[in-house]
Amino acid sequence: MLGSGYMGGKTQQPLPDSLELQLRESLEREAATAEILRVIASSPAGFGPIFAAIAERSKKLVNGLSTAVLHLKNDTLHLAAFTRRSEVADATLISLFPLKLSDVDWYERTISEARPVQIEDCELGFAGLPGLLDLSRKRGFRSVALIPLLGHSGSIGIISVTRAETGNFREEHIRLLRTFADQAVIAIENARLFNEVQARTTELAQSLENLRVAQDRLVQTEKLASLGQLTAGIAHEIKNPLNFVNNFSALSLELTDELNEVLKQATFAEKIRAEVDELSSLLKENLEKVVQHGKRADSIVKNMLLHSREGSGERRSADINALVGESLNLAYHGARAEKSAFNITLKRELDPDAGIIDLYPQEITRVLLNLISNGFYAVTKRKQTAGEGFEPTLCASTRSERDRVEIRIRDNGAGIPEEVKEKMFNPFFTTKPAGEGTGLGLSICHDIIVKQHGGSIDVATEPGVFTEFIVTLPRIAAAQIHTGGKK
Amino acid sequence: MSFYVLVVDDEPDLEALFRQQFRRDLRTGRFRMEFATSAPTALRRAVEIREASLILILSDINMPGMTGLELLPVVRAARPDVPVIMITAYGDAETRRRAIEHGAEGLLTKPIDFALLRQQIDARLEQAA
Repeated sequence: MLGSGYMGGKTQQPLPDSLELQLRESLEREAATAEILRVIASSPAGFGPIFAAIAERSKKLVNGLSTAVLHLKNDTLHLAAFTRRSEVADATLISLFPLKLSDVDWYERTISEARPVQIEDCELGFAGLPGLLDLSRKRGFRSVALIPLLGHSGSIGIISVTRAETGNFREEHIRLLRTFADQAVIAIENARLFNEVQARTTELAQSLENLRVAQDRLVQTEKLASLGQLTAGIAHEIKNPLNFVNNFSALSLELTDELNEVLKQATFAEKIRAEVDELSSLLKENLEKVVQHGKRADSIVKNMLLHSREGSGERRSADINALVGESLNLAYHGARAEKSAFNITLKRELDPDAGIIDLYPQEITRVLLNLISNGFYAVTKRKQTAGEGFEPTLCASTRSERDRVEIRIRDNGAGIPEEVKEKMFNPFFTTKPAGEGTGLGLSICHDIIVKQHGGSIDVATEPGVFTEFIVTLPRIAAAQIHTGGKK
Repeated sequence: MSFYVLVVDDEPDLEALFRQQFRRDLRTGRFRMEFATSAPTALRRAVEIREASLILILSDINMPGMTGLELLPVVRAARPDVPVIMITAYGDAETRRRAIEHGAEGLLTKPIDFALLRQQIDARLEQAA
């Protein structure tokens, strides 16, 4: 409340004209500066709009005729922005650039001396520079002020302001232009930093993405590997008791037969005889079931033990195309032996450059057989619902790359739904009815390709259209990578 | 003189299985069976059983303490005249190679194929007779 008396007592007095003019000019300057700053803030990536704002404002505030902003890159001046005149005049200006700095002494001086340079009369100053003289006449200017854009490491460009009349620019106008020049530098620097940050951000995002993909793969591989080990471990534990079940059940079956022989010789009342016969035949049937399912369990356990990868055969050089060809034949004849009605068009697209790779041939054949049989299963499944025109096809192809070989097994079968695709490499995951598959096939394939050979196995599929497994094997495959198993 | 087959396995139920499987031969005294549930016991019995009467040793590989593969060279040294056949759950090529290398005459896998085992025993009985 202390100052209120003074404020209230203040009276409005008219300002002298000169002072009012001065105030208005300084207000306009502030407004122009503020606007340029606003443009700088709102266009972080490019400096085109900033140069345009500077050109426009400079012209207005210094009663200029036209303004151009020149950007210096590799000793060459580029036209970054300019205020419009007539179409012809603008075209002349545009055609002058890019311009070598050393070609025009005025520009060179502005840059090298790092201070404003004025051309009081273009008719005199541009004598000997026909291009600029022509420009001054077409755009109708007689005097020019060249303000350098001073960056951290020297001049990075020029603001060129023209007037219709001859003579020097006013001192405060030059000062104002220098302020604009400073702002332009900030804008350029901003844009450079912004672009740099953005490029770096994109780069980082990409490498982060790559890292994430690699990590996902690693986690998946490790998960599958530990599941594989667990599987093999469980199998070891189950195998011994299961052997007893199988041996004792087979033996008991024999004993039942013998018992029946003995019972035949004994004399029973008719009623008891019927009961004895019924019981002994039920016993026999049950034991047959125990034997049958025991064998089934044994084959599952054997598959589970394959995960431990002991006794995986020898490592040697093998012809990839020959392996693929053999597997294709084997799988085909296997399928025909199982179901004589089975038919399929087999295609081979083998790259003669695929060559010879050091690997575990038995294991790779196992993988190929598995993938091909899966393909056969998929086309058979699709055939059940597809129309007359469906022609089951499976294509095995190889492709040589510099340090690796790619094997593709493609079928036009039922395809794999997304939710199955996620889990299909997990041990015991199967889509087949009970008793038809152990769910270990792809899990073992993954083990063999990724763990044993340091390769990769991927799948591309579209439900109801096709499935393609892509196995990639490095040329320097198994040697360094395989450390498991026995010596 | 009776002929002996010595069976080495840490699973005691194996004795019941073998005795039932070969019950007729055992009943008629065609040969006898001895069972040991550890390698050291087997070694002791192998030495105790009179020279010519022990015609075959069947041994498991995975046993706690001394394994079948460790037992193999020792028992071969003690009784070079007695052939040894290994019986294992893992019939891979590598295990087979190591068993042969250690002096085994053969390798049978579990679950045991008794028809095959009977052939082996019959062959030894013929040789001994």
